[in-house]
Amino acid sequence: MREFFAQRGVLEVDTPTLMPTTATDIYIDSYRVDSAASFLQTSPEFALKRLLAAGSGSIYQLGKVFRREAPSKRHNHEFTLCEWYRVGMNLNQLMDEVEALVQTVFSAAGSQRTAAIKIERLSYRALFETHFAIDPHRVSLDKLAALAEQSLDIVAADLSRTDYLQLLLSHCIEPNLPEACFIFDYPVEQAALARLENDEVGQLVARRFELFLGGMEVANGYFELLDQAEQRARFVADIAERARRGFDEVPIDEALLAALAEGMPECSGVALGVDRLVMAALGIDDIARVIAFPQPRPSA
Amino acid sequence: MATFSTSEFKSGLKVLIDGEPCSILENEVVKPGKGQAFNRVRMRNLKNGRVWERTYKSGESLEGADVMETDMQYLYTDGEFWHFMKTDGSFEQIAADESAITDAKIWLKEEDIYTIVLWNDAPISVTPQNFVELEVVDTDPGLKGDTAQGGTKPATLSSGAVVKVPLFVTIGDVLRVDTRTSEYQNRVTK
Repeated sequence: MREFFAQRGVLEVDTPTLMPTTATDIYIDSYRVDSAASFLQTSPEFALKRLLAAGSGSIYQLGKVFRREAPSKRHNHEFTLCEWYRVGMNLNQLMDEVEALVQTVFSAAGSQRTAAIKIERLSYRALFETHFAIDPHRVSLDKLAALAEQSLDIVAADLSRTDYLQLLLSHCIEPNLPEACFIFDYPVEQAALARLENDEVGQLVARRFELFLGGMEVANGYFELLDQAEQRARFVADIAERARRGFDEVPIDEALLAALAEGMPECSGVALGVDRLVMAALGIDDIARVIAFPQPRPSA
Repeated sequence: MATFSTSEFKSGLKVLIDGEPCSILENEVVKPGKGQAFNRVRMRNLKNGRVWERTYKSGESLEGADVMETDMQYLYTDGEFWHFMKTDGSFEQIAADESAITDAKIWLKEEDIYTIVLWNDAPISVTPQNFVELEVVDTDPGLKGDTAQGGTKPATLSSGAVVKVPLFVTIGDVLRVDTRTSEYQNRVTK
């Protein structure tokens, strides 16, 4: 992978694992290190963006990140993330590059799924139209709740539109996805740090993609948000929602906002789970088999 | 009884669902990178044996069920209840009703050992051992010289079960039978 980036002139950087701020995402939980008044980073995103704003040009980091979540066949709380940012690239160009990287890794692994693997590109809307005959950008909460009840035996109070969409995607659509595909153009509520734009039918969408290999989410890419004020508003909204749900309080990364205010170049960025990519390349279905000392999990 | 949150779910855990005792068979966490985590749980209803899959939002919890499994000896039936005795020397007896005995009814033999599931100390299911030995009380006379063909015929056992047996089996034979599949294994006597 390092060779891949070297050939493309993308500079490797190394940013701290312990930082005073962390992701504000409602469903990404960080490990807090009280003795250092810091958090173990869930992704190097904020630090990398500060480097981009400082004029680094295209960069990547390959290293460990931490997420405080229940271990499973696809989750280990410490895992290897490859995150990179390409100055001047749009989302389609970045998907091309992710596809090339997957091909490189698959062929290096001598995988049966040869280097010639073709990655389909499906819009979020197309998937929900095909599977449920609904437009995910406009469908009502009630309709989603009814669909979930029809398709699944589900026990959950207080789910949002986004929660239901993700529930249907992960339980009903993911198992039926093509062997390799990108899903792109997400509902605006799932924008995270991606930019919003109108798509070809005039619907406001988040310019985001995710890579799925064997029905497993492997990478998540954004056409990056540059607007400092909008970024602050999204942080504030996340923090308010975290408080409403009684989740851990996290501070706003003012250094990132200052960097955005200085000006970050137009770019696209993606974070790719390396352990999962190795799983896909080798046809292994349990992350514990690609990590030397996996996080213990209750026998299930 | 204690409650268990989704993070404590594991196979073998006994919980109450819609008022019925259930056993968790499998528990899988489904967590989109940026989304709410769910637990997809396969479970078995211990009263009727139904196995199904239910999804919980992670963080939900379930009440534990006071369920225990114990080996007991079958004594007799009075037509309404089937009476069993503990094998721990206490001679304590329990009575299982029709709803608990269900499939086990055709495999009962006095003094044999059965696995009883107790919920709040009341029996909810009775399971025979995997293999039991029972006497044939009725079957057609065997056809001579046909053993090589592997033909079968029905035979009624003393417990009431009807199993397919080889043609050479006759009334009074004691057979070893797999209770899970109702399959004849071999002849024990004669």
